[in-house]
Amino acid sequence: MIDKTVEDLAVAVGDITDGATVMVGGFGEAGSPIELIHALIDHGAKDLTVINNNTGSGEVGLAALIKAGCVAKMICSYPRSMNSTVFPDLYRSGKIELELVPQGTLAERIRAGGAGVPGFYTPASVGTPLAEGKEQRTFDGIDYVLEHGLRADFALIKGKCADRYGNVIYNKTARNFSPLMAMAARTTTVQVAECVAAGDLDPEVVITPGIFVQRVVLVPDPAHESDLVREGASYP
Amino acid sequence: MSSTEPTMGLTRDEMAQRVAVDIPDGAYVNLGIGIPELITKFVPEGREFIYHTENGLLGMGPSPEEGQGEPELINAGKRQVTALPGAAYFHHADSFAMIRGGHIDLCVLGALQVSEGGDLANWSTGGPDAIPAVGGAMDLVAGVKLVYVITQHCTKKGEPKLIESCTFPLTGTGVVNRIYTDLAVIDVTPAGFQVFELSPGVDFDYVQERTGAKLLDRGTPSDS
Repeated sequence: MIDKTVEDLAVAVGDITDGATVMVGGFGEAGSPIELIHALIDHGAKDLTVINNNTGSGEVGLAALIKAGCVAKMICSYPRSMNSTVFPDLYRSGKIELELVPQGTLAERIRAGGAGVPGFYTPASVGTPLAEGKEQRTFDGIDYVLEHGLRADFALIKGKCADRYGNVIYNKTARNFSPLMAMAARTTTVQVAECVAAGDLDPEVVITPGIFVQRVVLVPDPAHESDLVREGASYP
Repeated sequence: MSSTEPTMGLTRDEMAQRVAVDIPDGAYVNLGIGIPELITKFVPEGREFIYHTENGLLGMGPSPEEGQGEPELINAGKRQVTALPGAAYFHHADSFAMIRGGHIDLCVLGALQVSEGGDLANWSTGGPDAIPAVGGAMDLVAGVKLVYVITQHCTKKGEPKLIESCTFPLTGTGVVNRIYTDLAVIDVTPAGFQVFELSPGVDFDYVQERTGAKLLDRGTPSDS
């Protein structure tokens, strides 16, 4: 019988090795798999390349992972936001690498990686510093830059609900990058607030089909990053 | 971003209201962070706009009532919003397909600098200590049909933001269609900046003195 549910968070992240590339779902706090990230901090993998739209806030979740020294490189579109000091401080002191990618290009690179497309042309960034050194081509008189698909060893994402096959639905704007990351990673782990029996999710509303998910872990009452930041929490 | 309103020209709210007048009924609109967000307060009577927020929502509504917000229902500025009846959620690749694929009619963005050729700089000052952060701006200017800029005419230090050529890192080249400032509405034309409308009590020379490129008057014939 197929059952992708795993018993706890430690098992869910237990094989993430030093130097791995890890996609982390979320846009700001919406969809951020805080409990999985904290389990990864406990697990202790280092020299990670992390792909996320941002770099976290406060000293919890993704910001805590960076603060713990686990991350060698971030690939993201917007590495600063309110209450974000961990990444900016490390970046200014040259202790973390940054690959800055326009947000739509980041999404499409992940989608392409997951779809078996090694590269694509986009008009975004043409004529800007972010296009420097990239191959350009003209189609119908318009210039485009070549961007490469992104793949990862692991993806850590957050859903609202899943079944044992790994079919996932999301909550509102917490969906964002997660369905793309699930496609692009060799091992995708989703934390969900609810697990349901196979057949309880209407096939018409499944957003991520189970083929893209390898592990499901139940986190019944996930924390909200903004609450933790407001409380001044830090992890560990 | 100055807390003191300029002595002449429009307030931030009036600037936003002026932009709203030009948005056609039924438009799909993406609003940048900051002054552009104020536009939602001024939808003209009888019109309906559908707001797109690039983090995955079409049909974005106003901020929630106090205590009613949800941490996972936010806009691109990461502030809590609501979803109107008829709204739709989608993932980031679909969201940027809407943007890059030319499905969004109009976006309104802030600016650090705009050149007379329509180049926009709005993501980094390029300073040695600046943390570069681009977000979705480069995709928006590359894909949205009409790109409007809303900005104070000058910086807090009084330097012009509308100039011959941008000195900050670019967001896109030749992408801006129209600029709404506290002093004027200015079109980017093949001949350069052309004043479309002056704010009440502001004259052409006053705007020209505060602009780092030649302005064409409404009556000035352009080559195009």
